[in-house]
Amino acid sequence: MQNEDYAVEVHDLTVAYGTKPVLWDIDLSIPAGRLAAVIGPNGAGKTTLIKAMVGLIKPLSGGVDFSDKEIKNGRLRNKVAYVPQSGSVDWDFPATVLDVVMMGRYGHLGWFKRPGSLDKAMALETLDSVGMREFASRQISQLSGGQQQRVFLARALIQQADIYLMDEPFKGVDAQTEKSIVLLLKQLKEQGKTVIVVHHDLQTVADYFDWVILINLRIVANGLVGDVFNEENLGIAYGNRGLLTKEVT
Amino acid sequence: MESLSALLSDYTFQTVALGSALLGVISGVLGSFAVLRKQSLLGDGVSHAALPGVVMAFLLTGSKNTEVLLLGALLTGLAATFLITRIVRNSRIRFDSALALVMSVFFGLGLVLLTYSQKVPNANQAGLKRFIYGQASTMLQRDVVLMAICGAVLLVITILFWKEFKLFSFDIEYAETIGFGTGKLNLLLSFLIVLAIIIGLETVGVVLMSAMLIAPAVAARQWSNRLWLMVLLAAIFGAASGVTGTLISSAVAGVPTGPVIVVCITAITVFSLLFAPGRGILHRIYTRMKSRARLASEGGSGL
Repeated sequence: MQNEDYAVEVHDLTVAYGTKPVLWDIDLSIPAGRLAAVIGPNGAGKTTLIKAMVGLIKPLSGGVDFSDKEIKNGRLRNKVAYVPQSGSVDWDFPATVLDVVMMGRYGHLGWFKRPGSLDKAMALETLDSVGMREFASRQISQLSGGQQQRVFLARALIQQADIYLMDEPFKGVDAQTEKSIVLLLKQLKEQGKTVIVVHHDLQTVADYFDWVILINLRIVANGLVGDVFNEENLGIAYGNRGLLTKEVT
Repeated sequence: MESLSALLSDYTFQTVALGSALLGVISGVLGSFAVLRKQSLLGDGVSHAALPGVVMAFLLTGSKNTEVLLLGALLTGLAATFLITRIVRNSRIRFDSALALVMSVFFGLGLVLLTYSQKVPNANQAGLKRFIYGQASTMLQRDVVLMAICGAVLLVITILFWKEFKLFSFDIEYAETIGFGTGKLNLLLSFLIVLAIIIGLETVGVVLMSAMLIAPAVAARQWSNRLWLMVLLAAIFGAASGVTGTLISSAVAGVPTGPVIVVCITAITVFSLLFAPGRGILHRIYTRMKSRARLASEGGSGL
């Protein structure tokens, strides 16, 4: 394990909101090229972990390292793409689907420079890959939950990052869309990207992912799905909800 | 007709109308961002917080020049914005509560200072009260020049940072993750909004300024689904109500300009809320009734 190439390394990470700790002394490494699930019960700190990784939350102690030093020193934050929960923004903003996807290019453009026809072509192509091309000129307030999710996904894809951090990309998505998103994630993995996904459905972990991070305030397990995704670890992470875990493993 | 053309060629009217139009454009553009960021009330907070600045500037310098007084207003307006942001960030108090707190403290201080200034042995202070309700009719050419310069600076910066402001207003966290310093952007945009509010104080006053900031943006949003169109329409609505308001108050004796401008923009907003296609209330009622009729014709029950 030691000689594997790590994409992200979290060390001694402790985060607290007010007096309440949300993450406690988290240490974990995720190898490059993995498709990893972050799982744990509600309030376990999954979203907080992702937000700390993209630098949105200032930890009480510890921090996050990327093997790519350019990212680490903050010059190339754009190489880490963040897909927030779709509920985190107001979709009644006056913009079209294309407008929002183009925002994924802003990091490359830098300050002041406007997106051009090349960026627009890229945005349309990316929309095609998430099956949303026909919605390009639609007002974003008229999208369903699953469509919003795919727009956010497209915005991250067009960023052409090395590491993708996604907060529940399957939330509010129908079975068909979920399948196509999983396919996209697997394609990213095949391209050598590292993908880390907050996930809720224990049933699908083994099908979708090859790496799993189990947390509940502390780190419970971090490793290959085959090695650590077992009843014992789930029992620790989810407490005494034995029924649920039995069903899965 | 003759009196109208006489009015239109009147120098004072032209000055006031131009100033009010400029105010409408500025507050329409910056107000759009304030509304989209859910900070509509910031206008109310900042304008009230500007009062102690105006009075302090007068007490310290003895001058009643608009530039001097508005500089004072700008300083306390920024101080209030800074305080509100700090309170929200460092405590569990929410934006609306922090705003109410800061706004009333600053406005109270302003009233105290105003009362005090009237006891100062200097007969010069009579004009300060105009900042509470605004007094467009006393606008001078140099005031309009000042507004035009500030407005030009505001518009140029907005165009320059267009992409950044758009991203920042829609999804602040994402903006941060792709490397745009949102702390700096917040500071810049807040500064622009505060400046826009201060510019309007002389015309519509502390109490009514927040309407000038919010109403054009709300009306414009009804007619547009694109940010650039919303901002453009807000500017047009703001300018139109500025000119119309000045026209009405000049034609009808004893009607104050600032409040009439606010009434005009409110009328535009109410019209937009009711009649805009798609988002308007009437259009929604119409589609609802149409769906019901269709349901009934297809034999649906439950009506």
